[in-house]
Amino acid sequence: MPILSYREALRAAMREELTRDPNVVIMGEEVAQFNGAYKVTEGLLKEFGPKRIIDTPISEAGFVGLGIGASMLGIRPVMELMFWSFSYVAFDQIVNNAGNIRYMSGGLINCPIVIRGPANGGTNVGATHSHTPEAILAAHPGIKVVCPATPYDAKGLMKAAIRDNDPVYVMENTILYNDKGEVPDTDYIVPIGVADVKRTGSDLTIVAHGRAVITSLKAAEILEAEHGVSVEVVDLRSIRPLDEETVLASVRKTHRVLLVEENKPFCGVDAQLSHLIQAKCFDDLDAPIGRVSSIDAPQIYSKPLEDVQIPHPARVVEAALKVLA
Amino acid sequence: MADIIDMPKLSDTMTVGTLVKWNVKEGDTLAFGDILCEVETDKATMEVQNTIPGVVLKIYAAAGAQLPVGAPICAVGKKGESAPDPTAKKAPAAKAEPAKAAKTAAVPAIPESTGISCAPQALPASGDRVAASPYAKRMAAKAGVNVAALSGTGPGGRVVANDVLAAASSSAAPAGPVNVAVAPPADGKGIQADADVAVSSMRQTIARRLLESKVTVPHFYLETEVDAAPLLALRETLNKRLAEAAGKDAKDALKLSVNDFILKASAEALRRVPAVNASWAGTSIRTHGAVHLAFGVALEDGLVTPVVRDAQAKSLREVALDAKALIAKARAKKLTPAEMSGSTFTVTNLGMYGVTGFFGIINVPNAAILSVGATVQKPVVDAQGRIVVGQRMVIGLSGDHRVVDGANGAQFLQALKQMLEEPALMML
Repeated sequence: MPILSYREALRAAMREELTRDPNVVIMGEEVAQFNGAYKVTEGLLKEFGPKRIIDTPISEAGFVGLGIGASMLGIRPVMELMFWSFSYVAFDQIVNNAGNIRYMSGGLINCPIVIRGPANGGTNVGATHSHTPEAILAAHPGIKVVCPATPYDAKGLMKAAIRDNDPVYVMENTILYNDKGEVPDTDYIVPIGVADVKRTGSDLTIVAHGRAVITSLKAAEILEAEHGVSVEVVDLRSIRPLDEETVLASVRKTHRVLLVEENKPFCGVDAQLSHLIQAKCFDDLDAPIGRVSSIDAPQIYSKPLEDVQIPHPARVVEAALKVLA
Repeated sequence: MADIIDMPKLSDTMTVGTLVKWNVKEGDTLAFGDILCEVETDKATMEVQNTIPGVVLKIYAAAGAQLPVGAPICAVGKKGESAPDPTAKKAPAAKAEPAKAAKTAAVPAIPESTGISCAPQALPASGDRVAASPYAKRMAAKAGVNVAALSGTGPGGRVVANDVLAAASSSAAPAGPVNVAVAPPADGKGIQADADVAVSSMRQTIARRLLESKVTVPHFYLETEVDAAPLLALRETLNKRLAEAAGKDAKDALKLSVNDFILKASAEALRRVPAVNASWAGTSIRTHGAVHLAFGVALEDGLVTPVVRDAQAKSLREVALDAKALIAKARAKKLTPAEMSGSTFTVTNLGMYGVTGFFGIINVPNAAILSVGATVQKPVVDAQGRIVVGQRMVIGLSGDHRVVDGANGAQFLQALKQMLEEPALMML
């Protein structure tokens, strides 16, 4: 099976969908001539031309609005945000227009857009460029939000997102772009709304999304090797819709759960998960639900401090041992 | 004073850069904005502009070198000044990768600033509320155990599932430290000291796991008798040939044990009945592609179960070598927890102690455990109906009835028996 990087997997998904459906277009700052700020769209302009791969001005509100309007008439835009932090200047378009149009039009109009880009910290780019807004976006009915953690999931979820007839927002991660993994070159989909057990275990469940999955898998290895604990790691993959059943089944099996997220704690994704687990699995819990979030401060600029702010394996191991006490 | 120019961070994901080409040489005079060199990053090749007017005193990095961000590349200063030592670290200039420090240093105490904490608080000592986890309460209700009478081993004295399990297994209610004091020997000359021997945390974990296995896994038991003569004959032949092949190093030659054959035969039997190589996962059964075999090694401290990984892909010789290495490590107390976990099936053998047959406790999350007894000489009936001397070995299978049913378990034992009685089949 071919080994691709996360970046190449995203590109393969876009290329395959561009080939499959002439209505798909890629839009964003630097996506065409510069080959992408993070080289995700490298080569696409050459292959598909300037009518399909479109450089936009630095105006998120403008070009996202343009894409939303075009999508209501049949175009399927895949819009890149250089950082998901920049979505805040286009928030009205992203949440109000895209998210509500199907409901407010009584089902007459839909908005099959994809917005994609890095939603992560850990790269020393400061408080205004390191947001992970999946929780805030997922708070709005009408929107779908996905977070691939591996190259396989990146390609599968991107294709599913492009084919979806409603707004799907894909949270990528610049630190994961170089990660390599097995990615079939077939036309496969990872369905939106389905979580994945990335590691089976019996003593503790760790639920995570995005890069926190990779961090949790490392912590799980440390927990097994140094503490003899068998850890199950559940990768949410989709934030909205959320695959509750996979999470709950795991909690029913292990009776102890630790939630790990790069979100800041207040109203992060794990706040919602925590409620769900205690509401539906109360009698299965042998310990309070543990949680590791990013430290509650604007994203730190000092590199050594930022590395500690984001969940890292030692912090996850420490929290896991507390849940197992 | 001269300045050292470092490899700049040209993009937010850059960690190393290749210095493709120098645009200046030692002795050149530089103005602000002059191009120093070209650096190739993970994304593109960029020009590095000079920000310190002066004379290039020394170039530290050769063209073509790949350097981490922050590494010194050249020194700029006044004409005639001596170039500084690039390895001398100035406090602000040091940009070593701090992530490693964060990993190896102790985890800093992180204040839970949102006030949401699951740090254990001391639970009220008395009062009518019992601190027990919801799962423990549910188990207690099912087992008919009074949660209030238990002393909890969870944080803050919380009663947790293990406490209920421990209580349910003994007829008296209290869990935790159990009162087992009995009268000392009347004549003062006991068989051993009347003492409280502290239990290591490993033994406590093993005890907890065994109890959980016995209480939560529905065990069922099958046994069969194997004609061990062909196996023992093959073993003798192979060991003889191994010694001959080693020549003068005969005493260091690999000696195959009966256990080695049983491990390899188990892997092959699992290949034929793979349903037994699985684990109960609550709402599903997780089938495993690899066969990782745990086997018991008795130490004076207790029993450990090292794991031979990927037995399905190893030859008999490789399985034997692995087993020997693991046994040596076990005796030297050098087994890592990783080497003792992750099994899919367990083999336990008490034959060397003369036990003719027994049944083990399943090593969760395996679905079964194979128990091997001693080979005994006994009268047996041969194919012609005569009574002759046979070498017989009883093997037992304890199965998790949620994963393995009687038929599967029986088929597995049948396949294993065939493997052991016709060991040539292991070559297929």
